[in-house]
Parts: sequence; structure tokens; C-alpha cells
Amino acid sequence: MRLTLKIWRQPDAATAGAMHTYDVDDISSDMSFLEMLDVLNEQLNAKGEEPIAFDSDCREGICGMCGLMINGEAHGPVTTTTCQLHMRSFTDGETITVEPWRADAFPVIKDLVVDRGAFDRIIQSGGYISVNTGAAPDAHAMPVPKDHADRAFDVATCIGCGACVAACPNGSASLFVGAKITHLGELPQGQAERDTRVVSMTAQHDHEGFGGCTNIGECAAACPKEIPLDVISQLNRDLRTALRHGH
Amino acid sequence: MLAVQEPALAAGTVTCVATTSLVKGARASRSTIALKMMMAGSGLIFIGFVLLHMYGNLRAFWGHDDFDRYAEGLRTFGTPDLPYGGLLWIIRIVLIVSLVIHVWSAATLWRRAKRARTVKYQVKKNKASTTSSRMMRWGGVTILLFLIWHLLEFTIVKVSVNPDHQGANVTQDPYNLIVASFQVWWLTLIYLVAMAALAMHLHHGVWSASQTLGLTNSERSRVFTKRLGILAAVVIAGGFSLVPIFVLVGVIS
Repeated sequence: MRLTLKIWRQPDAATAGAMHTYDVDDISSDMSFLEMLDVLNEQLNAKGEEPIAFDSDCREGICGMCGLMINGEAHGPVTTTTCQLHMRSFTDGETITVEPWRADAFPVIKDLVVDRGAFDRIIQSGGYISVNTGAAPDAHAMPVPKDHADRAFDVATCIGCGACVAACPNGSASLFVGAKITHLGELPQGQAERDTRVVSMTAQHDHEGFGGCTNIGECAAACPKEIPLDVISQLNRDLRTALRHGH
Repeated sequence: MLAVQEPALAAGTVTCVATTSLVKGARASRSTIALKMMMAGSGLIFIGFVLLHMYGNLRAFWGHDDFDRYAEGLRTFGTPDLPYGGLLWIIRIVLIVSLVIHVWSAATLWRRAKRARTVKYQVKKNKASTTSSRMMRWGGVTILLFLIWHLLEFTIVKVSVNPDHQGANVTQDPYNLIVASFQVWWLTLIYLVAMAALAMHLHHGVWSASQTLGLTNSERSRVFTKRLGILAAVVIAGGFSLVPIFVLVGVIS
């Protein structure tokens, strides 16, 4: 495959960036999107140019490290992570625009790499349960109804990649926060801190500069793990409950 | 023991991005979600109001006397326990407070959203959002401008835009005023455009308010509420459009 790539280049956070155009040839349709960028970087290296910086880790679609805005879609045209997006999803001769996640809460570090520390701080502010460590309790010691366990598990698949924020016109992280709130709120272990968790995580979300949710659904459509929009309703409901409890 | 060293950090190539602090003493009432709930709650009050208003409008199909009697009835409602026009003023105060809350929370969230992404994408596709949802803000501004015109025309100043029908017996008689006004084609067009904006606002608004109030926690309730939004849009905007259209075509005269 022969492709024209328009890629955002930015030397560092303090310097202004711009779109640069590159041509790549002999791209196999079996390559992943990141492997295609690896090929481009080898070419740039050979020419003595600075390779394009982008995030990746597991390349199996489970770590949440990679994430690019490809032709205006977070993680590109397929419901998966950028590492699991393959070049067969594109056509020969196509021009592909590649940009970093855009949100002021996710500042660009370099080229296509953004700082998603805001998500870490949201988790730090309440996305956990406090328990004493020690021997693991018996599996049947705390019964969990099947439908609760299923929902908790479904939303626990959120890998925190940030595609929801990237796709949201308001730059809101409500789907991410909603997934965490629902995950812990469905389980018995999550009940003790349920009120304080939603209040703290929402406050941290706002403090980081993410926008408010307008329920338009771009986030759920971009989510590689298909987290449904109803986790945002759950988030709102939990916050309403916390309000009623005087938090 | 493993000594893990980040190669990038060791080379000193990663620019350190300023870390923000953790929030202390978070309050639920100070959150963006609380703002959205205020917007949703005031929006539901408006839905109740437009349904009542639409019912009143449709009385025009019963003719001049019935319509004017209903309009007078709104003012004498509850008398002598309430003063003349008392009910209307109670409704007006509730609506004015709701409007201030609705517009203020919307403007605050709009500003926030703009600040949340100051660098725009070169290419951005909309994959799932409806046109209605993307029109909420400018559609809301359209409805607000229409509301100002509508109140000036029929409530505060009471003007007839029809050159053939002027004078106190037109402007001071509710039925005569609407018939004279909607015989003017461009006025009817303005109202129909405003109703289209209202329909879009309701289409997304009903669903969005339900979601914000935490009522759509399952796929079933999500689908149901989205359909409810379409129903509200068709019934309310359609119901309001009937009188202007039927005046223009001469059925109501």
C-alpha cells in the first residue's frame, strides 16, 4: 500500500506544532497502524530526521497506552485500539490525518504523545476501595449478584486510553469517570466509599479542566471497549445520591 | 533486585508537564454535574409549561369566544382567593427563575467546554451524535431570541404585524390578534422555524435531562427515553405549529 500521512509534529510542550506530510510505500495491509508508523520512523531515522513520537506498550489492545486521532476518529475507523487497527481498514493511495488527543487536560508532550496524568489523579482521588491487605478472602465470603458482577466486569474493561475525551466535543471525561464509578459501585466492596468517591472523582475531573457532558454519545462510539453511555447516567445518579446524603 | 530505569527520563528528553494538585474538600453541589442537573430540572419545568401553553393555543380551534374566555379564565383563575392574574404571575415567576438558571448553567458549561479544548482538530468526524444534540447551544440561542420577540408581540407590547388589521379591537383581543398575525406569511414562517428549533431542542433535551438526572441506567431505559424525546418533539412542536398553519390557510379566521 502507498499512503500519504499528514501527522502532527511538535518538538515539546512549549513549542508550537504543525502538520507535516510524509509518503510511505510498501505498507502491508496486515500491519497494524503502529507498525506502519514504525516503518515511517525507520525511514526518518535512515534520513537522519527525528522519528515521530507516539505512545504504545502492549500492542494487544489491553493496556490503554496507545491512542491517536486518525482521520478525525479516536483510534480510527474500527472499534478497537490504535495498535489493533490494521492497515486493511484503509485503501491504497489514501491520505490519513494523524493527530494527538486534543484536550487542555491532556497537554501534548511531544508529537503524538499526550500527558494523561489527569486520569491518574482522578483515580487517585477516589477510584479505589480501601481494604486491609492480607490473605485473600474466600471467594464465596461475599456474594455478588450475577447481574451486578456482569455489569461491574463489563465496565471494568475501561483501559483509560482517553478516546472518550478525545472524541467529546466538550472535552469531557464523563465516560471514563462513569466507568470507574459504575465498576466499583456495582460491587459490595465499593459501597462504603460510594458517596465520597463520586464527589471526589467528579471534583477532580472538573479541576483538571475537562468539560461537562452533553450526553451526545461521541464518547461511547469511540470507546475501544464499548463502554455504554448509561455509565454516565449512573455517575449522575450516584452524585445525586451523594448530594441527598449531604456531601 | 531489578533496577528499572526509564530510558527516556534518563536521557532527559521528556518535558516535565506541570502536575495539578488533588482537590481537597470536594462538594457535590459545586460540580459540573450539579450545574447540568439544574439545567435539566429547569428544562423539565419548561416542558410542563409548553404543554400547558400548547393546550391553550389549540383552543383556537373552538373559535373566538371560547379562546378569549379561556384567556380571561387564566387571569380570573382562583379569584377571589388569588388576585386577578395571580396564577399567571406565579407561573411567570417560576418561568423567569427557571430561565435564568437554564441559561446561566448552559452559558457556564459552554464556556467550560470551549476552555477544555483550545486547540481544535484539523479533522474531526461525528460518529454517533445527532444533529439535534449538536444544535443544543445555538438552537437554544435561537429559541431565546424567538422568546423575546414572541413576548413583545403577544404579551408585553401586543403588536399586529398585519397592515390590514390594526387598532385596539385587534391587539387587545387575543383571538383577533393571533388570526391577524398569522395571516402574514413571513410571521408564520418565523414561528415554524422557531418550532423546528424547539423540536430539535426537545429531541435531545428530553433524553439528555433524563440521563443527567440519572434515570437511564440501562440500555432499555436509554432507548425508551430517546424515543420519548422524539415523541415530545413531534407532539409539542407539531401541536404549536397547527394554529399558525391553519390560520395561514384560512381554516381559523
